[in-house]
Amino acid sequence: MRAFNYHRPSSLKDAAALAAKQAEAKYLAGGQSLVQAMKLRLSAPSDLVDLNAIGDLKALKADGSGVTIGAMVRHAEVAASSAVQKAIPALAALAGTIGDRQVRHMGTIGGSLANNDPAADYPAAVLGLGATIVTNAGKHEADKFFKGLFETALKPNEIITQVVFPVPKRAAYMKFKNPASRFAIVGVFVADFGGNVRVAVTGAGPCAFRQADMEKALAAKFAPESVANIKVKADGLNNDLHASPEYRAHLVTVMAKRAVEAALK
Amino acid sequence: MNAPLIGARIARKEDYRFLTGAGQYTDDVTLPRQTHAVFVRSPHAHAKIKSIRKDAALKAPGVLAVYTGEDLAAAKVGGLPCGWLITDVNGQPMKEPPHPCLAQGKARYVGDHVAIVVAETAEQARDAADLVQVDYEPLPAVVDASKARAKGAPQLHDNAPDNTCYVWALGDKAAVDGAFAKAAHVTRLELINNRLVPNAIEPRAANGSYSRAEDSYTLYVANQNPHVERLLMTAFVLGLPEHKVRVVAGDVGGGFGSKIYLYAEDVVVTWASRQLGRPVKWTAERSESYVSDAHGRDHHTIAELALDKDGKFLAMRVQTTANMGAYLSTFASCIPTILYATLLAGQYTTPLIHCEVTAVFTNTAPVDAYRGAGRPEATYVVERLVETAAREMKIDPADLRRRNFITTFPYQTPVALCYDTGNYNATMDAAQKLADVAGYAARKKDSEAKGKLRGIGYAAYIEACGIAPSAVAGSLGARAGLFEAGEIRVHPTGSVTVFTGSHSHGQGHETTFAQVVADRLGMPIENVDIVHGDTSKVLFGMGTYGSRSIAVGGTAIVKALDKIIAKGKKIAAHLMEAAESDVEYDRGEFKVAGTDKKKMFGEVAFAAYVPHNYPHDKLEPGLNENAFYDPANFTFPAGTYICEVEVDRDTGQVRIDRWAAVDDFGKIINPMIVEGQVHGGLVQGIGQALTECCRYDDESGQLVTGSFMDYCIPRADDVPSFKVDTRETPCTHNPLGVKGCGEAGAIGAPAALMNAITDALGVKDLAMPATAQTVWRAMQNRKAA
Amino acid sequence: MAVKVSMKVNGKPVSAEVEERTLLVTLIRENLRLTGTHVGCDTAQCGACTVHMNGKAIKSCSIVAMQAEGADILTIEGVAKADGTLHPMQAAFKENHGLQCGFCTPGMVMNALEFAKGHPNPTEQEVRESLEGNLCRCTGYHNIVKSIVAGAKAMAGGR
Repeated sequence: MRAFNYHRPSSLKDAAALAAKQAEAKYLAGGQSLVQAMKLRLSAPSDLVDLNAIGDLKALKADGSGVTIGAMVRHAEVAASSAVQKAIPALAALAGTIGDRQVRHMGTIGGSLANNDPAADYPAAVLGLGATIVTNAGKHEADKFFKGLFETALKPNEIITQVVFPVPKRAAYMKFKNPASRFAIVGVFVADFGGNVRVAVTGAGPCAFRQADMEKALAAKFAPESVANIKVKADGLNNDLHASPEYRAHLVTVMAKRAVEAALK
Repeated sequence: MNAPLIGARIARKEDYRFLTGAGQYTDDVTLPRQTHAVFVRSPHAHAKIKSIRKDAALKAPGVLAVYTGEDLAAAKVGGLPCGWLITDVNGQPMKEPPHPCLAQGKARYVGDHVAIVVAETAEQARDAADLVQVDYEPLPAVVDASKARAKGAPQLHDNAPDNTCYVWALGDKAAVDGAFAKAAHVTRLELINNRLVPNAIEPRAANGSYSRAEDSYTLYVANQNPHVERLLMTAFVLGLPEHKVRVVAGDVGGGFGSKIYLYAEDVVVTWASRQLGRPVKWTAERSESYVSDAHGRDHHTIAELALDKDGKFLAMRVQTTANMGAYLSTFASCIPTILYATLLAGQYTTPLIHCEVTAVFTNTAPVDAYRGAGRPEATYVVERLVETAAREMKIDPADLRRRNFITTFPYQTPVALCYDTGNYNATMDAAQKLADVAGYAARKKDSEAKGKLRGIGYAAYIEACGIAPSAVAGSLGARAGLFEAGEIRVHPTGSVTVFTGSHSHGQGHETTFAQVVADRLGMPIENVDIVHGDTSKVLFGMGTYGSRSIAVGGTAIVKALDKIIAKGKKIAAHLMEAAESDVEYDRGEFKVAGTDKKKMFGEVAFAAYVPHNYPHDKLEPGLNENAFYDPANFTFPAGTYICEVEVDRDTGQVRIDRWAAVDDFGKIINPMIVEGQVHGGLVQGIGQALTECCRYDDESGQLVTGSFMDYCIPRADDVPSFKVDTRETPCTHNPLGVKGCGEAGAIGAPAALMNAITDALGVKDLAMPATAQTVWRAMQNRKAA
Repeated sequence: MAVKVSMKVNGKPVSAEVEERTLLVTLIRENLRLTGTHVGCDTAQCGACTVHMNGKAIKSCSIVAMQAEGADILTIEGVAKADGTLHPMQAAFKENHGLQCGFCTPGMVMNALEFAKGHPNPTEQEVRESLEGNLCRCTGYHNIVKSIVAGAKAMAGGR
C-alpha cells in the first residue's frame, strides 16, 4: 500500500470539504474493496476520508412504503434486519449473500454503489427495484446511476447518504457465483410491482443493466416460462476465464427463470 | 497407563499452541535489528535484461541495499542445483541449465527473481522495489509444453536445444507394440493433467541472520526438509561449511511439496544478511506465491490400453510431455519419470507397459512435486483408461478391475517396482459397500426426476511411498540418500525427547511419533516430546514428502528405541544381578523372566545418569541412542474411491453427492489423524478435478490465474463430508507394518471424480477442471452432435 | 507521517504510533506482537486474519488500523480462559481434529466463535456456508465442520 493521509471528519460537510482540497482523495466506507485495491497498489489515493464517524449515514428504516438504507449501513445489518426482511425479503437475502460473513460485517451499501464493481450484488437490487440514490448534492434515479465499468453518475467528491427502495409486490435475486472470487458471474434481480416488472442483471456486463425483453414478457405474465426461452445476446457481455459471453448470456436466462420461480414462492 | 497407544485416536499434542495463536511460523520470528526484503520480479515471461539501475531505489527512505544477479555473480554465489539426474533414451544426461538465484542477463518467466531490496520496513522495501529500474527487452515466450519443441519456438536456454530437458523411456516398446497389434480392443485417451498451484495457506517465508561473533548463519524458513535445504545451500550454492549454518523450519503452515525445495529467496536473504550484518526477512504475498512457488502436474499424455476379448489387460502404451517450467526445481526431473512411469501398472497385472516422457522447458514457473507428485498423474492415466475401456466394452467397471487385480504378492510389475503386499479386492469390496453401489440405480432415478444428471465413478489407485531405498534411488539418478534419522534421548528421570529428521507441517508427527515411542516404552504419551525442524537439534534428516514420514522416519525412531531397550536390558541385568539374556522389557518394566524381579524404565534411566551402581566395565553411562534407517523397499498404499455426482443441466454445475474412500495404509498409528490426511488429500484431488486451473496466457506468458480471485481452491461448501474406512495389509518390510497416508486422497480423487462426471454426461472425456462452464459446453456439444 | 491509534485488544487498552497505511493486521502482528493472527493472502479470501471488532468477525487485513480507532478487538490470543483452559470452540477443534498445520486455524476459530453465537445448533450445511470467507488447504473441511457443529453445541450448553 502506498502512503496516504488519513482523515476522520464527523460531518458530511467536513468530509466533502476535505476531499475537495485534495486532488487524489477517496472516501473510505467499509474499505472492503478500496483497501484491497490499495494493498495491491491498484489504487493509490493521496488522502483517505473515512466516513465512519458521520452518524447520520447509519440509519436503517423499513416499512410498507419503502426501505431507506443509510450509506454506511453494513451488509450484515441489512441481511439481519427483520424490518427489511418483512418489507423486501429479496433485498435482505441479497445483502446476506454479498462476499462472506466477515466482509458483510464491514462492507456498506454506499461503498458498494460508489465503487460499482461490475460483479457487485447491490447494483442489481438498486436497478431492479428502481431505487433512489440520495447524496449530499441531490438525488440519482437508479436508471441513470450506473454508467459503466466502475463508473457512476456521482460527481467528484459527491457522497452517497442513503438509498431509498420502493416496495414491490414480489421480488427475488438469483446469482451464479464465480467459484474463486465468489462475486457474481451473473446475478439477476426480478421485481414485480404489479404490472410493472423490472429485471436487472449484474456480473454479465460492464455494469448492471436492465433486460427489456424479459421485463415485457414478465409484465404480460409473471411466470418462469415467460423468460425461459428468451435468448440473451452475448455481444458485449463480459469475457473471462470463468465464463464466456455465450455462457453468461445463457446464465442470464437461467438465473432470471429461477428468480421468477423464487419470487413466486 | 499401559493401554496400547498404537491405533488409538489421541487428540494432538501440538494443537494447543495452534489453537491459542502460539504457533511460531517463520514470519512470526522477528529478530533484533530485523530488516525486511522485497524481491523485484520480472513482469515479462521472457526478456533480456539490458540494465538495472538501483540509484533511485537506494535513495528511498529506509533502504539499506539493493542486490542484483551481478552482485551475486561477483560474490561467486552459485545457482540452484537439481537433486536428481535423469539419463535420457540415448544414455545422455538431462540438460541442466543454470538456475541463478537472481536473474543473469535474462528473465525466463513472469515472477523470475531479478533483484532484492532490503529496507527497515517491508512497506519501505516495497516502495523502493518500484524504483528499481530494469530495462527489459521482451522476447517471444512459450508457455505450452506441447508447443515448446515446435520449429521456431522461442528458445529458453542455450544448452537445451528445442527446449528439451530429456526424452526418457521405461519398458519394452517392441513387446508392447506387438501386444497392441493382437488386441481385441484398444482404448485410447488424450489426457491433460492440469497445472496446479500448491497454495499452502502459509506463504513461503525466509529470515536469514548472520552472526559475526560466531561467524555463523541462521536461516528461519518455511520448509519441509531443513537438513537438505542446508546441504544444498551450503555445499552447492554459497560454499559455506555446514557446521556454520543452522536452518530452522519451526511451525510450517502446510507444504504439499511446495516447501521441499531450496528456493532462490532462501539463499539470497541468507547471503544478504552477511553483507548487511543484520537479519533479512522476506515473506511472500499470496500473489507472489502464485508466480514464484513451484507448481505441480502439467502433463499432456496420449495413453492406450490393449485388452483381450474378455477384458484382460494385455499392454499399456503411454506418451507424456511434461512441462518443467523455466528451470529445473530441486526434484523436478524425477517427478514425471521415476515417480510416474513406475506407477502405471496400478493395481493390475498388465504384463507389458511402455512409457516415454519428454520433459520440456517453457516460460513458466518451475514445476516440481505437488501432493502425490507423479503418482496422481499415473493414477489418472490408468484409471481413466480402465473406466473408459469398461464403458467401451460394456463391462461393469468394478468387474473389469477385479478381472485384472494383482492377487499374489510379492508382485514384480513390468515398470520396475515390486509390490510387497496388498489386497485390492478387499478395498474394492469395502468401498462398494460403503458407497452403497447397490442403491445407485434408485438414486439416479431420483436425480432424473429432479431434472439432474447423476454419474458414478471409481478409482482404484496405488502409490509408492516411503521413498526410498537409497541404492535403488541412486541407481535411478538420485543425488542424495533417502534414509531417515531418529534419536531417542532418555532423560535421567525417564521422560523422553525424540529427535526426528522427518518434518511436520500439519501431519501431526508430534502426536503420532509420540504414540509409537510411548507405546513401545509403555509410558504415558505426555512423557514423550518430539523435536523436528532444526538442524542444530536434530542430527540429520531427509525431510517429509512422498508420504515417507512414518514408514522411514518412524522406523528410524523404532530402530533407535530398540537400541535404548537393548542398553536398558544390560543396565537392568546389572541392577537385578541377572543374566542379560533373561531380561525382558514389557510395557515400562524390565523383568527377569520367570521371577518377580523387575525395574521400572525410570529406574534404569536414573541408573544410567547417576551410575553409582553401574557396569562401567561394559557400558558407557547415559541413555541416548540414534539410528539411521534406509528402507528395503517402497511401501505400496492402495485403495478404492467411489463418488457420485449430480449435474445441473441448466448451468453445468457439478455437485458431489457422495464419496466413499477405503484405503489400505497397512498398520495405522492414529486413525483420527489418518482420516484427516485422507480428507485433505481428497479435497486437493477434488480441487484439481473440479475447480483448480492454473492458466498462463499463450501470447503474453502472463499468469492469468494469479490470485484466489481467479484460481479456485475448494471452499467448505464446494465439497461434501466423506465416508472413509480402511483395510489393513501390513507392510512386510518395516517393523511397524506402516505404509503412509499423506497423498492417497490427492492421487485417487481426480480420476474417480472425472469418471463420475463423464458418466453423468455420457461423454468419453472432459478436461480438468470440470468447471460449470466446461461441463455446460460439453452438454451443448453433445446436444449439437 | 505517523498517527496515533488507540483501541482495546483482548480487553487491554493499547495505543501505537503508526503510519496511516498500517493495516489492522500489521498493527496486531508487528506492533503488538500478537502473531496468532495470520496473513495467508492479499485479496481478502483466506480469512486467516479474522479477528472480532466490536463483537463481529472481520478480516483484519482488509481495514487500516485507523478504522479500528476506539474499537474493542479480540484476537485468538484472547479466546482461552485466563488460566489457559481452552474455550469450548477451541476444545472442539482439538477433539475433532479440526486443524492440521494450524495456519488457518485462528481465523477459523474466530469466525466460528462469532457464528456460533447466532447459531447454537447449526446444521452441517449452515456451517459450510459460514466458512465462505475462510480457506483451509489441509483438512478438506470435513473435521472443521464437525468441530464447529460440536463447538456451537458446547457453547450453547455451557451457558
